[in-house]
Amino acid sequence: MKKSENILGGAEIFFECLRREKVEHIFGYPGGAVLKIYEHLHDVNFLQHILVRHEQGAVHAAEGYAKASGKVGVVLVTSGPGATNTVTGIADAYMDSVPIVIFTGQVPSHLIGNDAFQEADIVGITRPITKHSFLVRDVNDLAATIRKAFYIASTGRPGPVLVDLPKDVIASKCEFIYPEDVEIRGYKPTYKGHVNQIKKVVEVIAAAKRPLLYVGGGVIMSGGSQELAFFARENKLPVAMTLQGLGAFPGTDSLSVGMLGMHGTYWANRAVDTCDVLVSLGARFDDRVTGKVETFAKNAYKIHVDIDPTCIDKNVVVDLPIVGDVKHIIAEIASEMPNPPDTEEWLSQINEWREECPLVYEDNDGRLRTEFVIEKIYEKTKGEAVIVTDVGQHQMWTAQFYRYNHPRSNLTSGGLGTMGFSLPAAIGASFAVKNRPIISISGDGGFQMNIQELITAAANKVPVKFIIINNSFLGMVRQWQELFHAEKYSFTDLSASNPDFVKVGEAFGIESYSTDNPKEVDSLLDKAFSVNDRPILLEFKVVKADMVFPMVPSGGSISEMIVKRLNPKRMI
Amino acid sequence: MKHTISVLVENHFGAFDRVATMFSGKGFNIRSISIGETEIVDISRMTIVTEGDDQIIDQVVKQLNRLIDTIKVVDLANTYHVERELALISLSLHKGSMEQIKNICDIFRGNVVDITNKSMMIEVTGPPDKIDAAVNVLAPFGIKEMARSGIVALKRGEQLKIQKKDNITT
Repeated sequence: MKKSENILGGAEIFFECLRREKVEHIFGYPGGAVLKIYEHLHDVNFLQHILVRHEQGAVHAAEGYAKASGKVGVVLVTSGPGATNTVTGIADAYMDSVPIVIFTGQVPSHLIGNDAFQEADIVGITRPITKHSFLVRDVNDLAATIRKAFYIASTGRPGPVLVDLPKDVIASKCEFIYPEDVEIRGYKPTYKGHVNQIKKVVEVIAAAKRPLLYVGGGVIMSGGSQELAFFARENKLPVAMTLQGLGAFPGTDSLSVGMLGMHGTYWANRAVDTCDVLVSLGARFDDRVTGKVETFAKNAYKIHVDIDPTCIDKNVVVDLPIVGDVKHIIAEIASEMPNPPDTEEWLSQINEWREECPLVYEDNDGRLRTEFVIEKIYEKTKGEAVIVTDVGQHQMWTAQFYRYNHPRSNLTSGGLGTMGFSLPAAIGASFAVKNRPIISISGDGGFQMNIQELITAAANKVPVKFIIINNSFLGMVRQWQELFHAEKYSFTDLSASNPDFVKVGEAFGIESYSTDNPKEVDSLLDKAFSVNDRPILLEFKVVKADMVFPMVPSGGSISEMIVKRLNPKRMI
Repeated sequence: MKHTISVLVENHFGAFDRVATMFSGKGFNIRSISIGETEIVDISRMTIVTEGDDQIIDQVVKQLNRLIDTIKVVDLANTYHVERELALISLSLHKGSMEQIKNICDIFRGNVVDITNKSMMIEVTGPPDKIDAAVNVLAPFGIKEMARSGIVALKRGEQLKIQKKDNITT
């Protein structure tokens, strides 16, 4: 190729790089600073651009896409407000280690710092919530920067990377040289675990009487679910999962003790409290899991496997850390295990706890409850669906009552707890997963936080089942108000101010149904599952003031776990 | 405990900011920070004095390493190293004080770098405790203004065996 033939404009280089990164979908919203990119996008045919209605929606959609597929989610927005609207989504992706690359337009280089129209220092604003960020100052750096951005986002502990693109850089031309290899001297993630540490882990687990695996989202991200299943089953090790870890191990397996932590199962929390060896795999000892750190797994020898060294000894000081890729480390531990530890007694103890305090709910008063809806969804999908939850009570009930068969099936905002996540994230996931149902579950509060994306769903005919669990309250906040804030239900009652969700859905061109009758749940779900070429919306009007139990109060110990409502007369 | 941490960072836009943002965002303490060129053209050295218990310092080092722009992080606390700081101290002159200040300045091997009828500026260089001592002795004369550079530090060429643990991470 002659050199002159390889002179490309910034926008062409941009798309050439995306093509080589095998990007097939991009979530975005055009604007002044990225017009040149959109001009070229018009003729690009190797990828699909999905137009959102708010930039936050684009980021959550990219997150849903990335979480469901394991690929990097890509966002393209303009400068100023377009960029600042992505901030919540970026923070969400940072907390939950979601690999996304956000391209933001920027005012021309010579105007940076001048308070130019639609200028915002988005690199500065997002510095603490990105894994890394770049401001491209020269078109000659563009290809290498994009290459690095994808590399950083998807390797090590994944996370969001932002690339800020000044308008003049995109409009400039240069010779296109694509760097096949990436070399960043300050960034060398550790993948291989320390051999001696692994030997030590094997010894400790082999000698354990009451071992427990504490599994987080890292296992799913590293693709280590099969290795985990083999390891746990071969050695009869019970598996507790964090919110993000659900799906890493089949929820129906007898070794699964479900979710641990604040709203974890009674038996999972008792198991953590009693275990003698706790093996944390790709989890970060989050405060929603540990409660009071001083009493968390107080009798246990703690092993912590994580790819991010900063996670080790951050919240809880452990006895044996291993830095590396959890998939490979599980496989190595499994292959070195001499004999399985004798856990029969321990497993039967856990089963006693399971029977002592199972997950139950009131189901004989003829009124509709969230748990019932979730159980019905489970019944219909047999754990095969991709469930995208929002934040709050419905999220916890889903975590308790839906049992996932596969990794990358449970998409939710865990770390940041972003209301408004589910609706756009489910749309994003629908572009990654074609052969399984995608179910978005939101509360009535969170559903309204990115409600504008309903039109994105309708316009793209995505087969997402939007389920609104409407208790006419900001339910989780209400729960805290009842338990810890003197029953002052300050600004959590939406019953007088919620919209008619069926009319809302219909206004966006989406077939919508509503019920408060448990007997109608089956038929509505059947209707939803019969529709596979467009979105459908179901509103379930549930009991107003139910609470999620068990509950370990914030910062409390397992011994303070509340297992049921203390004052039954408040069961309205 | 006080720790001096030496950090090699990419000498480009935003690298300093990332380090500073990390410290404030994680609630770590910065006692002093200095940044300057190194023998390699595209690498800068930051010398950060921070304090905290072992768990905090462990986190500081790990969090610094985690930044993409940091190339090498060394906690100098358990190494043989040299620390220096420079202070410029401007003092008011009163009758007869010039000679006394000059004497103190000599004791601390400082230099007079500016003088007027009313004031005198001296320069003192050395380990931070030496600067502290000079400042203490000079304070009664009336310090008008003071600028301290923050610490710069380098590991000594030879590390003796008594070093307890190697805190060097890359």
